[in-house]
Amino acid sequence: MPPFLYIFLGALAIVSALGVIIQRNPIHSLLSLISTLLTIAILFIGEDAVVVGFLQIIVYAGAIMVLFLFVIWLLNLQVETGPTGHLALKAFGSLAAALLVTELFFVLAPPHLQVKFTREPVGYGSLASLAGKLFTDYLVAFEVTSVLLLAAVVGSIALARRLPVAEEQPQPRVVEKIAS
Amino acid sequence: MTIELIAGAIKAILMILLGLNLSLFLLYFERKGSALIQDRIGSNRVTITGLGKRLGMPNLGIINTTIADPVKMFTKEDFVPAGADKFLHTLAPFLALFPVMITFVVIPFGDTISIAGHRIGLEAANLNAGALYLLATIGLGVYGVALAGWSSNNRWALLGGIRATAQMISYELAMGLAIVSVIMTFGTLNLQEIVRGQGGVWFGFLPRWGIFMQPLAFILLLVAGAAESKRIPFDLPESDSELIQGYFTEYSGGKQAVFMLTDFAEQALLAMLLTTFFLGGWQVPWLMHDGFHLPGGAFLAVPALAVSILGVVAFLVKVVALCIFLGLVRWTLPRFRYDQLMRLGWKALVPLGLLNVLLTAFAIVAIGRVQ
Amino acid sequence: MIPLTYMMSLSAIIFAIGVAGVIIRRNILVMFMSIELMLNAVNLTFIAIGSRLGSMDGQVIVFFVMTVAAAESAIGLGIIISTFRNRQTVHADELTLLRW
Repeated sequence: MPPFLYIFLGALAIVSALGVIIQRNPIHSLLSLISTLLTIAILFIGEDAVVVGFLQIIVYAGAIMVLFLFVIWLLNLQVETGPTGHLALKAFGSLAAALLVTELFFVLAPPHLQVKFTREPVGYGSLASLAGKLFTDYLVAFEVTSVLLLAAVVGSIALARRLPVAEEQPQPRVVEKIAS
Repeated sequence: MTIELIAGAIKAILMILLGLNLSLFLLYFERKGSALIQDRIGSNRVTITGLGKRLGMPNLGIINTTIADPVKMFTKEDFVPAGADKFLHTLAPFLALFPVMITFVVIPFGDTISIAGHRIGLEAANLNAGALYLLATIGLGVYGVALAGWSSNNRWALLGGIRATAQMISYELAMGLAIVSVIMTFGTLNLQEIVRGQGGVWFGFLPRWGIFMQPLAFILLLVAGAAESKRIPFDLPESDSELIQGYFTEYSGGKQAVFMLTDFAEQALLAMLLTTFFLGGWQVPWLMHDGFHLPGGAFLAVPALAVSILGVVAFLVKVVALCIFLGLVRWTLPRFRYDQLMRLGWKALVPLGLLNVLLTAFAIVAIGRVQ
Repeated sequence: MIPLTYMMSLSAIIFAIGVAGVIIRRNILVMFMSIELMLNAVNLTFIAIGSRLGSMDGQVIVFFVMTVAAAESAIGLGIIISTFRNRQTVHADELTLLRW
C-alpha cells in the first residue's frame, strides 16, 4: 500500500485507540473502538490478508461490538461524572505504557531484525489457501474452536440469565383456610 | 493506470446515482403504486406551471413525490431533542446510509466492454472477495439504527432501535448462509464471475440462472433480506401504528430524509443482490457474445456493443421488477409480531440455511460445481 | 512493501494504549474494550510478519484469535452483567468484597 495511506491509517488507528481510553461516555468509547477495528481491518487488507480483513469487519466490528453495545444499553451506563481514579494511578499508568512502548520498540522493531523475507506465493490471503491451512494443518484447533464457541454460548446464557425467584412457603389452600 | 482510476471513479458515481434514482423510483412507487393497489388516487395536486391540468392530462403525482417532497424535507427545521446526545443524534443517519451506499460499487451491471482499446469491466470495483465485502457492509448497517434509537432520549425510539438491532443481527445470519450456498455453487467470491457462471442454457431452452440451481437459497435471501431492510412484513422497528416512527421518531428534516433514503436504498440493494446471485445479473436469456442463440436453432447476430447495452438494460429491468415485487408484498401482508419474527429467524431460516449448505455440498460432490 | 518496523511500531503503540487503558480506567467495560485493543494489536503483528514470511500460518492464527476473542467477550460480558446485578456498579474500585 502506498506510504501516505499507511501513515493516514496508522494515525487514525492511534487517535481512535486514544479515544477509547480517554472518553467518558462509554458509547463514544465504543464508537472509537469500532473505528480502530475498521482501520486495522483495512491495514490487514493492505497486507494482502484480504479474507481475514473482511472477517475482522464481519466478526469483530459487526457482531462483537454489537454485543458490547447491547450490554451498555442493558446496564444503562451513563457518562461518567466526577474524577475517574487517582491522579497517581493515571500517572503510573501512562508511565507504564510509555516504558512498555519503548521496550517493545527495542524488542520488536530494531533495525537489525533478522527476518527472512520471502515473496508471497500465488493466492496468498485468498479463501482457498486459508481454508486449505485450516482444514489440514489446523484441523484439530478448528474443531476444538467450534466446541469452544458452543461452550461460550451456553456459559454466557447461564451467567446472564435471571435466576428464578426462590420458592416461598406454599400458601395453604383456601378451603383449608376456611375450614380451620 | 490513470484510465482505470478515472473509469472506476465514473462507474462508482454511476452506481451510487443508480441507487439514489432507484430510491426515488421506489418512493414514487410507495405513493402512487400503493394508491393503485389500495384503489385510491394518491397524490395528484402539485403542478409547476399548471399546463398539464389546463390541457386535461391526469396528474401522475411525479412532481409531488420527486421534487416537492424532498424539497419539503430538506427545508424543514432540523432539531435535536432535549437531553439527547447531540453528536450521536447527528451521526446516526449517516452511519446508517454509508454502508448501504458503498455496497453498490461491487454489483456488476454489465459485461466487459471495450472502449477505445481499453477493456473496462462494468462494475465499479472488481474485488476478488466481493461476496465477503457484501457481508461486511451488511453487518455494519446495524450501528446507524442502534445509535438512532439510543440517542433520541425517547423510550419508543429506544424500543424501536432495540427491536431493529436484534432483528437485523438475527437475519444477517440467514442471509450469510444463503450467500454461502451460492458461493459454494459457483466456487468463487467474485460477483462478476458468479454472474458469468450464469450464462448458457440447460436442455436447450432453460437459462442457467442461480434460481434454478438454488431455489431454497433464493427464498431464504428474499425473506432474510426483507427482514434485514426492515420491510413489511418485518417492519416492527418502524411500526407506524405502535411506535410512531420507531427508531427515527425524533428525526425531522434532512436527517429523516436520509433515513428514508437508507430504507429505499436497502430495498434497491436487496433487489440488486437477488438479481446478481439468482436471476443472472446482466445475463439476457439466450444472448451470447455474438448474438441471440434462440432455442429451436435460430440465430440473430448482434454487434458487441449492443450486447453489452442489452445486458445493462436487462439488469435494470430485473432490479426494477424485483423492487416492484417487494412493493407488492409490502402493501399486501400484515406485520409479524416480535416473537414470531425471532422464531422465524432463528428456528426456521437458520436451520433451513444450514440444510441448504449441506445439500449443496452433497450436490457438488455428486454432480460437480459450475465451472 | 511497508518496512516491517512501521507495522511493528504501530502495533506496539496500540498495545501500549490498551495496557494504559486497563490500568487507568476503572470502568469495567472500558477495561474490556482496552483488552480488545491489545488483542487487535497482536493480530496486526501476526498478519504483518506472516505476509513478509509468505506463510499463511499468521492468518490462521489471527482467525483463531478472533474466534477466541469472540467467545471471551461473550463470557466476559455475561460476567459483567451478573456483577452489575449483584453489586449495582461497574466501577472496579467498588468491587472490594475480597479485600482484606
